[in-house]
Amino acid sequence: MISPNKREEPLVYELSRPGRRGIQFPDPDVPRTKLPSSLLREDLNLPEITQLDAVRHFQRLSQLNHSIDSGFYPLGSCTMKYNPRVNEDAARIPGFLYTHPLQDTNTVQGSLALMHELQEWLKEIGGFAGVSLQPAAGAHGELSGILMIRAYHLARGDKGRRKILIPDSAHGTNPASTTMSGLELIELPSDKRGNVDVKVLRSACSENVAGLMITNPNTLGLFEEHIEEVVDIVHDCGGLIYGDGANMNALTGIVRPGDLGFDVMHYNLHKTFSTPHGGGGPGSGPVGVSERLMDFLPDPLVTIIEDSDEDEPPLYGFKTPPKTIGRMKAFNGQFGTLVRAYAYIRAHGGDGLRGNAEHAVLNANYLLSKVRDAYHLPFERTCLHEFVIEGRWRDVPNVHALDISKRLMDYGFHPPTNYFPLIVKEALMIEPTETESRETLDAFADALLEIAAAAHNNPDELRTAPQTTPVGRIDEVRAARNLVLCCHTQYPSNPDPSADPES
Amino acid sequence: MNWSAPDDRRYTETDEWIMIAGDTAKVGITDYAQDQLSDIVYVELPATGASFDTGDIIAIVESVKAAADVHMPLSGVVTEANRDLEDQPDKVNSDPHGDAWFIKVKLHHPSKIDALMDSEAYAHHCAARNN
Repeated sequence: MISPNKREEPLVYELSRPGRRGIQFPDPDVPRTKLPSSLLREDLNLPEITQLDAVRHFQRLSQLNHSIDSGFYPLGSCTMKYNPRVNEDAARIPGFLYTHPLQDTNTVQGSLALMHELQEWLKEIGGFAGVSLQPAAGAHGELSGILMIRAYHLARGDKGRRKILIPDSAHGTNPASTTMSGLELIELPSDKRGNVDVKVLRSACSENVAGLMITNPNTLGLFEEHIEEVVDIVHDCGGLIYGDGANMNALTGIVRPGDLGFDVMHYNLHKTFSTPHGGGGPGSGPVGVSERLMDFLPDPLVTIIEDSDEDEPPLYGFKTPPKTIGRMKAFNGQFGTLVRAYAYIRAHGGDGLRGNAEHAVLNANYLLSKVRDAYHLPFERTCLHEFVIEGRWRDVPNVHALDISKRLMDYGFHPPTNYFPLIVKEALMIEPTETESRETLDAFADALLEIAAAAHNNPDELRTAPQTTPVGRIDEVRAARNLVLCCHTQYPSNPDPSADPES
Repeated sequence: MNWSAPDDRRYTETDEWIMIAGDTAKVGITDYAQDQLSDIVYVELPATGASFDTGDIIAIVESVKAAADVHMPLSGVVTEANRDLEDQPDKVNSDPHGDAWFIKVKLHHPSKIDALMDSEAYAHHCAARNN
């Protein structure tokens, strides 16, 4: 018998048969109109399958996938924490669910109150003067932040500031956001303890520097030991500080980036604040800013138009910051995601958020302590919410980080982040998050230890992994060199429009 | 050590090699660089006639592990780019110091090549980073 896990699922196009359909449309309640022939095309081959076949197909694909609901997901810098079900209840409250962004603001006061309160909380959590909920993802927040920094300098007539400094331990999105903003980047090396090299930073600072993008803790999972000095050096040369909030889960309730002197930072609600991540739902990347960037925030902000009195709650509405960089997104951010983040903050409170950060750091250090004798740790320091080990051993040169990750899949774990950050050879970046039990951490550590032993005793076991997954070892080189981006239908769709009762 | 650094050319700290050949110089990435990147799957090259200063980014290589910039070792003008690499990026893995040269350049100051690392210094530079 074929293991259900090994059964191949055909493409939806391969399931297609001419004439099958999933839905019978009701009679229209508006007059039937023929589509103009210029809008009709015959090359749009959509699959034709029944509703049941569609349900089974996607159910099956979902079962082949690994998700936070099906197993441990220690993907470093991604904070794959549990998405509490109560968040989903909140997001499905009809008053939130069935609103439209073009409704009169008087009819959506509850939604605006939620957004306003979330803005205020994110200000408090990060130590910022203002927050915009507009950006739709982390990198979108980065782009918003760099555009604000650029606008700030230009508004002062300071037109020569075109360089953004970025440490070599930064997320790859930082250089991309800088380039998209029309600015140029200068990469800063790390020192021997994994911090920004302060000497190099000092020499790179000039009247051409618009700002520094920094992640703290950085992608090595290490707190920048000279962060205040770094901030001062950049401020002294007239630059601003962009904080990448991807690793905020280590600091929430303990350190406020605004207090460190950061001028702008994005939050990843889909990391720190437990909303779904990746394919599980849209991201959300609100930006917080210091006093001097307040006027440049993305448009619009939610504000109180009339204060409350004894009888009436306050009246909420929108306002446009005077020097705004403009809209970053249609309407008002990822509203459903904002509701989930609100529910999370509300459920945990200030002490709870701090506790989550402390447990995230504790879990990472617990895991590190269990595996550090079997793996090389490039920077011998206490980690924060994540850590990076080398996935290589000198005495077995043919075993790589990729082999370790592939073998972890056989144990039912999602692999850590591979080959990132680039400054660590054969990097494996591991972030357990606070929501994992000690038993799960132990099981993962045991798997890593067994794999380290197998690397020496039975390396083929690693090199041929995974054996138990729906698809075995992928030929990544061939896949990357011979890209096939187009799906060809096996069965042509019905070319005769007269056979379609809707036309 | 499983990479080589032939002594007929000069090297940069960012892992490019440059070799004078007649009126022009050839530029490529080193064996060490291709070994670090592993299987290379994509190469992006500059246009012929493009002018670059020392340190400018002239090309991009992508492997299954990472993307990396290729820098101009010395200022000059591109006279030819090795378009074969666009179809056969694996050549960079198999023959980094030979067939897989990236560009030919007309150097502004050919004599400056002597200031770059020789093969011995470059081998040291690589060994120091591999610890």
